[in-house]
Amino acid sequence: MLYETSPLAIAIFSVFVLSVIGLSFFLGRKGQSAQGYYAAHGEIHWFVNGIAFAGDYLSAASFLGICGMIAFYGYDGFLYSIGFLAGWVVALFVIAEPIKRLGKFTFADALDSQFNSPGIKLAVATSTLVISIFYLIPQMVGAGDLISPLLGLPHTAGVVLVGVVVTLIVVTAGMVSTTWVQFIKGSLLVFFCGVLTVMILNRGLIVNAGGDAAVELKPQVKTVCPDGTRLIDGEPQSKTHDLRPVGTIKSLPARYAGQASTGPLGPLAYLAAIEDSTIVTWSSKKHTDAQGVHTTYSPVERSGKDLLKPGGYFKGLTTGTLSDKLDFASLMLALFCGTASLPHILIRYYTVKDQAAARKSTVVGIAVIGAFYVLTLYLGLGAMVSGALDPTSSNMAAPLLAKTFSTTLFAIISAIAFTTVLGTVSGLIMAGSGAVAHDLVENYFQIPLSDHEKVRCGKIAAVGLGIVAMVLGVAFRNFNVSFLVGWAFNIAASANLPALVMLLFWPRTTKQGITAAVSVGMFSSLTWILLSADTFEKVYGWSREASIVPFSQPGLVTIPLGFLVLIVVSFLSPRPTQRTG
Amino acid sequence: MLLMSNSKPNDLNQSSASARIGLVLFVIYVLLYAGLIGIVLFRPELLSTRPFGGVNLAIAYGMGLIGAAFLLAIVYMIACRIVEGSPASRQAASPGVVGKKQHRD
Repeated sequence: MLYETSPLAIAIFSVFVLSVIGLSFFLGRKGQSAQGYYAAHGEIHWFVNGIAFAGDYLSAASFLGICGMIAFYGYDGFLYSIGFLAGWVVALFVIAEPIKRLGKFTFADALDSQFNSPGIKLAVATSTLVISIFYLIPQMVGAGDLISPLLGLPHTAGVVLVGVVVTLIVVTAGMVSTTWVQFIKGSLLVFFCGVLTVMILNRGLIVNAGGDAAVELKPQVKTVCPDGTRLIDGEPQSKTHDLRPVGTIKSLPARYAGQASTGPLGPLAYLAAIEDSTIVTWSSKKHTDAQGVHTTYSPVERSGKDLLKPGGYFKGLTTGTLSDKLDFASLMLALFCGTASLPHILIRYYTVKDQAAARKSTVVGIAVIGAFYVLTLYLGLGAMVSGALDPTSSNMAAPLLAKTFSTTLFAIISAIAFTTVLGTVSGLIMAGSGAVAHDLVENYFQIPLSDHEKVRCGKIAAVGLGIVAMVLGVAFRNFNVSFLVGWAFNIAASANLPALVMLLFWPRTTKQGITAAVSVGMFSSLTWILLSADTFEKVYGWSREASIVPFSQPGLVTIPLGFLVLIVVSFLSPRPTQRTG
Repeated sequence: MLLMSNSKPNDLNQSSASARIGLVLFVIYVLLYAGLIGIVLFRPELLSTRPFGGVNLAIAYGMGLIGAAFLLAIVYMIACRIVEGSPASRQAASPGVVGKKQHRD
């Protein structure tokens, strides 16, 4: 679909971006120490840090991706919400305090705190970089996807815009500005999603919102011709001839017989009403011929009952093959284990004063993130029945939903969606810059740096990473981004979690064990992914059957493998010298 | 090389008590989470039932897991505060905690 570029959206957007950059310059004016650049002097208040966790963690995948998935497929998107949040339980109960106790600036500091081993430094710095880069790609691609329709700029411009703004934020004041950007973004995101949810509940369910039933239920065909022109139902696409927005209620529950809408509903009543309604969702089918690539969008009537249970997106759950079930279990395991293993989340622990603050900030984070994920269910379902979905793009579901209420809200939500990317990307670049400057240059290569030089090195690394991020965001522009986020979680959980958990709870852990676990976890999960059916099909364009691994998400195999390797290698290497527990 | 640490010696006792509480609460949550995944994989028909007459089990369980995370977090915070406030934890911890020697490779 083509979008009206909204001047209001551009204006609000520019205000956000300029304020954030201005704030960064202001915060960076004080001379900086390494402690300030990497860890915000350890002075961030636990409440602020808790909200910053939310701002760091809730990326475009959470906001746009999950809402879009729920809007198009129903319950399955909510499973991602549940999995993402459950990971914070691991963070709180297993990781938060020990990480704070053990480390100084980066995750490698924590794992290496008892050993002082170059092997560990190298392995962990590498895994941090790999994970951060994998996580960066979907954010940058998502930014481009957002910017193009909203500002009327080409995809590349969106990617470059994010890259430049984030690099400015990180280079001017490092972790201090990153923290405040994440705090602001986290607050705005949750607040406005709350506003949107209240409006959804107040609207209730309306039959056939936004449309004329006779026209609405005809299939639509989008054609991309070999020369690049786009046709809708055979005619060239233009502002006046475009795909119709979709997603409506066909019939309300029996108790509303005769009414065109339910009126305002409470949170539970809303869900119950959807369960008993019939909803028109849309399927898409592609086929290619001499005229081009045709995608046919056809209406499919589904009962709310079917939409509010698993199986809409994870089709394998209903068809029931063992490998599909293992794939699902593997994904849920990776989400559970992955959150607490993400480098950009772990470094947030170094910005607070002490372990008690680390714990309290995690609790605040859980509260805010949990509340947000509850809201995603309403946003997704509200979008599903809004009559305003773009059948070609699930990422636009949330902004388009906002548009049905008011253009101002649309402008605000779009601007927030963009700052969502800023918050997460700056966290990722901080983590990467720490890995390069602190773990590799200073600690592994043992290049002595004065405090001032450490900061300079970090900034140069940040610029380098910003450039890499921009290049990759453009290179991967056509990729399915949630696929890449899943990769990052699997690699993080496989490489980082076994080492961290065993270091904390098993005194026999040796430095060789940690190095081996991190390396094997990272390489095995990466290799598995590169050999999986999903990758064969979507990345190389080969047939799924040719893949040699039984299912696509490696976590179920590679996470236990990490633990196993650590245990075996630790037993095979000399006992560690006396350590603190 | 000294351990980089913000904790004082008697934090160790507190840390292990808090750590133990954390592990128990963690195991509880793992069981709840595994429960949902188990139902999804092995008894999916249960998910459409409506135990409270309103929303179905799939949604109720999902919301429940989100709520449980927060609840357990609060319980943990309170428990840790109790543990850290108790006189027993203020006794000196075992010696040899601070100043570990580490070998260079």
